[in-house]
Amino acid sequence: MLQIPCPYCGTRDEAEFHFGGEAHITRPGPEVSDEEWSDYLFNRENPKGTHFERWCHNFGCGQWFNVARDTVTHEIDAVYRMGERKPTPENVLTENKRRLA
Amino acid sequence: MSHAQTFRRPQGGRIDRSNAINFRFNGKTYQGYAGDTLASALLANGVRVVSRSFKFHRPRGILSAGVEEPNALLGVDVGNGMIPVVRATLMPLIEGLNAESQSGFPSLNFDLGRILDLTRPLWPAGFYNKSFKWPSWHTFEWAIRRAAGLGRLPAGTDTTQYRHLNTHCDVLVVGAGPSGLKAALDAARRGDDVLLVEQDVEAGGSLLFDSMGIDSGPSDKWLTATLAELAGMDNVRILLCATVAGYFDHNVLTIHDRSAAHRGSNAVETFWKVRAGNVVLATGAIEQPLMFGNNDLPGVMLAGAMHQYASRYGVDCGQRIVGIINNDVGWRTMLAMADTGSPVSAIIDVREDPEDGLLQAAKTRNIATHTGATPLLARGSSAVKAFRFASKSGDTQEIQCDAIAMSGGLNPTAHLYSQAGGRLRYDEPLACFVPQECRQRVRVIGAANGEFAAANAYNIAKRQSAPLKSNAQWVDYLHDVTVSDIELAVRENYTSVEHLKRYTTTGMAVDQGKTSNLNAMTVLGQLTERALAEVGTTTFRPQFMPVTMGAIAGNRRGDFYAPPRLLAAHDWHRANGAVFDDYGGWKRPAFYGKDRAASIAAEARKVRESAALFDGSPLGKIEVKGPDAAEFLNRMYVNTVPTLKPGKVRYGLMLTENGIVMDDGVFVRLAEDHFLVNTTSGNADRIAGWFEEWHQCEWPELEVIFSPVTAHWSVATVAGPNSRAILAALPGMIDLTTGAFPHMSFASGEFADGTPYRLQRVSFSGELSYELSVPANRTAATFQRIWDEGQVHGIGLFGIEALMVLRTEKGFLHVGVDTDGTTNPFDVGFGGIVANKKGDYVGARSLQRAHDQSADRRQLVGFELVNGGSVLAGAHFVVRCGKDRRSEGFVTSAVFSPILGKTIGLGLIERGFDRKGEAVQIHDNNTQITATLVGPCFFDPDGERMRA
Repeated sequence: MLQIPCPYCGTRDEAEFHFGGEAHITRPGPEVSDEEWSDYLFNRENPKGTHFERWCHNFGCGQWFNVARDTVTHEIDAVYRMGERKPTPENVLTENKRRLA
Repeated sequence: MSHAQTFRRPQGGRIDRSNAINFRFNGKTYQGYAGDTLASALLANGVRVVSRSFKFHRPRGILSAGVEEPNALLGVDVGNGMIPVVRATLMPLIEGLNAESQSGFPSLNFDLGRILDLTRPLWPAGFYNKSFKWPSWHTFEWAIRRAAGLGRLPAGTDTTQYRHLNTHCDVLVVGAGPSGLKAALDAARRGDDVLLVEQDVEAGGSLLFDSMGIDSGPSDKWLTATLAELAGMDNVRILLCATVAGYFDHNVLTIHDRSAAHRGSNAVETFWKVRAGNVVLATGAIEQPLMFGNNDLPGVMLAGAMHQYASRYGVDCGQRIVGIINNDVGWRTMLAMADTGSPVSAIIDVREDPEDGLLQAAKTRNIATHTGATPLLARGSSAVKAFRFASKSGDTQEIQCDAIAMSGGLNPTAHLYSQAGGRLRYDEPLACFVPQECRQRVRVIGAANGEFAAANAYNIAKRQSAPLKSNAQWVDYLHDVTVSDIELAVRENYTSVEHLKRYTTTGMAVDQGKTSNLNAMTVLGQLTERALAEVGTTTFRPQFMPVTMGAIAGNRRGDFYAPPRLLAAHDWHRANGAVFDDYGGWKRPAFYGKDRAASIAAEARKVRESAALFDGSPLGKIEVKGPDAAEFLNRMYVNTVPTLKPGKVRYGLMLTENGIVMDDGVFVRLAEDHFLVNTTSGNADRIAGWFEEWHQCEWPELEVIFSPVTAHWSVATVAGPNSRAILAALPGMIDLTTGAFPHMSFASGEFADGTPYRLQRVSFSGELSYELSVPANRTAATFQRIWDEGQVHGIGLFGIEALMVLRTEKGFLHVGVDTDGTTNPFDVGFGGIVANKKGDYVGARSLQRAHDQSADRRQLVGFELVNGGSVLAGAHFVVRCGKDRRSEGFVTSAVFSPILGKTIGLGLIERGFDRKGEAVQIHDNNTQITATLVGPCFFDPDGERMRA
């Protein structure tokens, strides 16, 4: 049962959130090949370690945002708003420290 | 007739001898005292056999005094029904308690199932996989299933109240033994908010039966002072009779609180969810059994448990007790028991050279000692009579005894630590698994961390003592797993600890192997010549102790399980004879009247011939507003949005990104920058969330906002040729003539009484039809008004079922009924709309794939039955395929049409568009029905009636 720091509301229980799958997937235009389109539709990362994913605080502010979560420890290393730059592996940890501070 | 408490000592213990308590066990009445557990009271009364074992039906007695108990799992009734699998060792004795054994036929003491024990070699681990194969497993399954299992489900209504509570704390301390109490006190003095949880009825842990010196004083005094100080602090909460059963991510722990569970018909069980800043595990350690022949005989117990029964409950477990030991803590226990007056006659140590001091101490207490001995077996049929062992010199000796106290050393209770993701390490000197590292904010202290009281002298020479190759040495009492089962598993190459566990089921019973895992791994290590550190451990999972299903469910039962949504006019419908049913989470009128089929037919006919009123309130309504509202919706719908004029209504289809039909409904342009989107009733929340997701995540640059208003507006649908006349009579109604307000128009206005309304002329029935929306609090009044005005026009009421008849007659699509997770817009006849749409939208690219455009897909068609009769939705269209048949699709909707006088239906069938007129076979409930494929619209194909 995670505790998720919503970038708009602060830290809340997982029960208030809805998981939205992998983040930073670029939607291609209709001109792409079937292969590229199916890659966009179906293929997802499944890393052991930091996973960038989308969550929605649907029983709170209703906002979507991004989370960097460690799939081994379930620790949340960073949260950031839609449109904000994806943290690099180094600044994921710095980001985490900043949020916790 | 009470039985005398013959094993009760004349004095001593923490029981209240002035408060006698009567209870029943297997129909006999007994007496115990306040402060007893059910187990201590049974032992005081000399009850030796309390259960029959799971597989071989061997007689079993109480083994332990705590959570680890594998034998004394009883059905217990304290006035709120017989609860199965209750640990007698944790069950407080309560007046009128009625307990029963969960196995044994015809009786506990004479169990015919014992035949399985006498033929034990026939039933090794996994026997059913090997033996019960011919002609098939199912021939034997019923008998084996009947023989398996533990306890019976309680009958009748459960009167216990179950509740859920959530809480936070700075520090959660699990276990109120000396270590836990100290940790709680330290944290509380620092000012932390402390929650201390103890599963016993009182705090103190081992101090309740084992005195020691703490802070240079007697532990009794320290305990009293500590509890008093904790009780006086506002920042300390103590839960007793409560078990921390689960440890989850981010320091969430669950507690099964039974402190009020034994109040008969006023019983309450609480399931806590705690979010803890830090967790301190002071869960102690569990003494392990030793392996020797018949080590499951009643009278063979854990030494520490025997000590606890003597000191805490004033019960001697035998009159001639022999201790079998492989460690110094065991010695300490036996000596302490002797000091309190227990009849300890001999101590047998498997080690060659225990400390001289221990031997001397035994000698001064007149206890015989044997060292370097090899335990062989316990003798007796339903209770211990003697113990046989090989002495150091190799000759076999036998000692008479009626109780055996065994101590195979302690093993930290690390279940919660393991659940938290903590890793264990095998500690060679301590000969047990101790906590190593954990990612969560948890600290393990005291015996749970391997810090045993006598740790400096803790010395186990070897874990296994008796020679292997014996069928009758029990490893797992609860699942009846023996050493020879493990030998068999190893012989068949199940040498990984995870495989061993699953093959033999050792450690998989409801006690989670609290007294069996370590011994099973020890035997596995010996047989495969590996050190225990190499063998490794299995993972512990929640729950640490069984938790009642009621506690987990809490109050989410009955109507609270999935609270139904009621219509604003629910009472009005009921007063008018509505029969309600569940539709997408709403309770809606299915039909009005008593006879289902007749009512539905009459209601459908009424709409076609006159007019009728329908409650369409659950219809999803989302307002979409902003300069980019039209552009946004154009990307969500297959249909073109920007060309719609204000005041006009258009039908739209929404797809998933994979091109699958997801929802449909009309949308209204209220103003240039303002739309009202209607969704299907069950999808209202989903589509609102869908809009938000696409806007926030994909197109945040579009200026548009969404407001779900489903519950704000109630919808009265008036359908039928007379609907215009009825609504026109309402004071304040706009001009409804077709010239002024044609089909697919929208207008808003205000009734003479000030009620605002929105009106759209749309039709799902195929008749002239209006959907009138009013604020929810005006629903019943508006319905009544329409009803009154409609009397002169012969108005009726119609429910969902009649609506389904009407829309099927028209062949109008019902998304989720006539479509499934593979249906795209081509399949339901929307190819023209797809072709006309300009630009990209959700799902568009998927429709370009060859598979999506294939002519072989299942397509929506209508059908009629050639010889009459009826058919059910879900029946398959079948076709010959060699000597077999295969499905070409299925019936999605089938109704009896009163206006057409026959059964009609819709279905998805391969290449359906090209097969109109073809006769097909429908397989329905093992009968074969011939149908003819037709177009999906059966009635008024040109739509003249709804445009009238």
